[in-house]
Amino acid sequence: MTKFTINGTEHAFEGDPYMPLLWYLRDFAQMTGTKFGCGVGSCGACTVHLDGEPVRSCQTFMSDIEGSSITTIEGLESKASKAVQQAWDEMNVVQCGYCQSGQIMQAVGLLVSNPKPELSEIDEYMAGNACRCATYQRIRGAIVRASELMEA
Amino acid sequence: MTLTTSRRNFLIGAGASATALVIGLKASGALAATPEAAAAAETSFTPFVRISAEGKITAVIKHFEMGQGTTTGLTSLIAEELNADLQDVDVAFAPSNNDLYKNLAMGMQGTGGSTAMANSYQQYRRAGAAAREMLIAAAAEKWNVSAADLTLSDGVISGAGKSAPIADFVTAAAEMPVPAEPKLKDPSDFRIIGKTGIRRRDTSGKINGTAQFGMDLHLPGQIIVAVLHAPRTGAKVASFDASGAEEVAGFIEAKAKQDNSGVFVYATDTWSAFQAREALSVEWNFDAAESRGTDDIRAEMMTMVNSDPEFTVKADLSQQEAADALASADQVIEAEFWFPNLAHAAMEPLNCTISPREDGGIILHDGCQFPALVHPTIAGVLNLDPSKVEIRTLLAGGSFGRRANAESDYNVEAALAYALTDRTKPVKMVWSREDDVRGGYYRPAFAHKVRVGLDASGTIVAWDHRIAGQSIAKGTMFENFMVHEGVDHTSVEGIPDTPYAIPGLHVGLTDSKPLSKVLWWRSVGNTHTAYVMETMLDMVAKAAGQDPVDYRLKLLAGGTADQNRLAGVLREVADKSGWSNKAPEGHARGVAVHKSFGSYVAEIVEVSGTVEDGVKIEKVTCAVDCGIVINPDVVIAQMEGGIGYGIGHVMRNAITFDGGEVVQSNFYDYEPLRMPDIAAIDVHIVASTDEPTGVGEPGVPPSGPALANAIAGLGKRVTHLPMVENGVTFL
Ligand code: FES
Ligand code: FES
Repeated sequence: MTKFTINGTEHAFEGDPYMPLLWYLRDFAQMTGTKFGCGVGSCGACTVHLDGEPVRSCQTFMSDIEGSSITTIEGLESKASKAVQQAWDEMNVVQCGYCQSGQIMQAVGLLVSNPKPELSEIDEYMAGNACRCATYQRIRGAIVRASELMEA
Repeated sequence: MTLTTSRRNFLIGAGASATALVIGLKASGALAATPEAAAAAETSFTPFVRISAEGKITAVIKHFEMGQGTTTGLTSLIAEELNADLQDVDVAFAPSNNDLYKNLAMGMQGTGGSTAMANSYQQYRRAGAAAREMLIAAAAEKWNVSAADLTLSDGVISGAGKSAPIADFVTAAAEMPVPAEPKLKDPSDFRIIGKTGIRRRDTSGKINGTAQFGMDLHLPGQIIVAVLHAPRTGAKVASFDASGAEEVAGFIEAKAKQDNSGVFVYATDTWSAFQAREALSVEWNFDAAESRGTDDIRAEMMTMVNSDPEFTVKADLSQQEAADALASADQVIEAEFWFPNLAHAAMEPLNCTISPREDGGIILHDGCQFPALVHPTIAGVLNLDPSKVEIRTLLAGGSFGRRANAESDYNVEAALAYALTDRTKPVKMVWSREDDVRGGYYRPAFAHKVRVGLDASGTIVAWDHRIAGQSIAKGTMFENFMVHEGVDHTSVEGIPDTPYAIPGLHVGLTDSKPLSKVLWWRSVGNTHTAYVMETMLDMVAKAAGQDPVDYRLKLLAGGTADQNRLAGVLREVADKSGWSNKAPEGHARGVAVHKSFGSYVAEIVEVSGTVEDGVKIEKVTCAVDCGIVINPDVVIAQMEGGIGYGIGHVMRNAITFDGGEVVQSNFYDYEPLRMPDIAAIDVHIVASTDEPTGVGEPGVPPSGPALANAIAGLGKRVTHLPMVENGVTFL
């Protein structure tokens, strides 16, 4: 039995310990904001926060999360999160939107650890998050904007 | 009957409030209005806007949303004519009904060819304007004042000393005569169309996790099906053993596909389905399977472009005259080109759900791009009367063309999987990324060979262009209208019809048999034809000792509308990128311009570094003329996206086959463009009063050749794609 919290709510799981957290979230908890893009850690669509750090939920086994607190796109509440979401809206970042939960989780992770990132730091931190619609220019701009909003 | 696609923003149908006024078009093209009940009964009526008794406005969207901004664009037209805030207008996807929601450009309900705005601009505005006039007429009658004294803004009708919300007049408005030609707003009064700073209509669900894509649907009692696909086209299941799968907790059963092209693996959840699929052991029969590889067809196609073509596409000069003109030219510039197969690889792996209806029919839940085609196809597969099939449109996590194909392949596969169940539970088919990358329907591979003869002044005297490629239309239901005299127009588009004044043009085409299905891929034939035309022109300009922008402008000086508009974007991009100033030390720039889908796009790419140690893409400047712009920011976003999509694939992507099998499988070997790849993109819109034209695709074609022309400035001319296979490295 693995116990953990998702967005502050307690969960317990008793199935395959090698099932990725991604599928627990999507199929068992029916929280589908976290997306399946590649299943192999190459796209970042499945990014969630594990004890505050962005991780790829497709590469995180259920056995790895005992006692952890998970935050998903549905549970974003922090100041950095609100700033990121507002900046995304202002700058019309989304296109198809399928990668954007992961982009936002990764961006929040960046701004929490580095509230005023250089452009090169943004590029490096976000490089693992693919967007097939190529919204990168706006993501980069929105992170800069979110950084400003956080200061206000 | 559409369904809730984002729990907060996109709602319509039964759960919402009763609709009192529905306005749309009759089959004749005349405007009509009707109360909801009548609308449901009337089959030749196309609703575009609905207004509830409470005054809530809903735009009914006939095109699906794959990220291209359709929901924002079409809703803007309704909001504009009703003077409403865009964010206050609800969005609903239209049900599948070919008669009602024909794409005027395609003759059937579907989205593609960058046509959404072009074919809807007048329809939606007229519907919105009619609603406005009828509401005002109802208010004028009630207040006993002149309609001319009243205005409607932000849901309130006011004037003649009175003011009231539209809710007070909706029911009466439905009884008003429908204006045959409602007065459209004067562009000087626009508050949404053409304005900057308008926020997209689909953002909130996409940034808080509530937007519902096909992949996100979770119906009670659903079964997940994964498909073990044949490793090569034509391979068949000889036998399979599912005993390993029995170990997987959620595994239900495995069944061979009806045509033995794979095995369906049913499970209670996605992870179990994938695990069980992994545990199957299958004996394949390869007797009728494809066994060629990319090397084989590449050699074959290179031979084809060095031989007499199968079809003559255009012959200003005969083949012999072209040969003679080349023989007597002062210089001949020649090059061979290779374009590999490419996968669309949209971010959302393909999937869809089929659920049973109580009357024995089914509902297909899908980010469906061609409902008009999918509808009868699915009905046929399941042996159902089309009236028993309903399609509910969900958001699509990208498409780039993949979701629309003549066979409706993934929808049919889901229907086949459903057919093998007892048809009492919803069946959700989920493809993995590997299925998606290896699943065929690729951008066809193409080879070109071009020889251009120049006279002593550097003027073109002959242009002999041979193409070998894989037709996307032949052998499909689209063949009749896409293939003429043997030539699939999409194999050559942009060459015989080039707006450049190129004398002595001879274009020939030879068809090559693809290794698996091929399909349109964002901007279709222009993906390779623009690359060839625009890199050849650069080589020609260089041989002529002339500036590449000036050389192109001379070929566009004939004064036709196409030439003027192409020249317009070319001048704009040159101006905005500082083309006339020398590039900084260690930098190089490349230019390309192309017309596709009625729009004109020019791009200049600036690079730095070296081919050996790494090229950095510093900046892409773009100028676009796509007629009247409804939402400038959506246009800019589509250019940015098209540039990224085009450049990413030209840099490093290829789908290759080895012994009939696809070599690539996931993003680690079909590596997407990443954020650090392009440092900046700067898009400029050239103002126009022409009808709106497409923006989803036209950003792609110039991006590859502009990059190639820039890298040529660093000393390496790449004509065989992708670039990374030519010793070009990127930073
Ligand atoms: S789905 Fe986890 S990184 Fe792609
Ligand atoms: S917005 Fe479509 S993949 Fe990123």
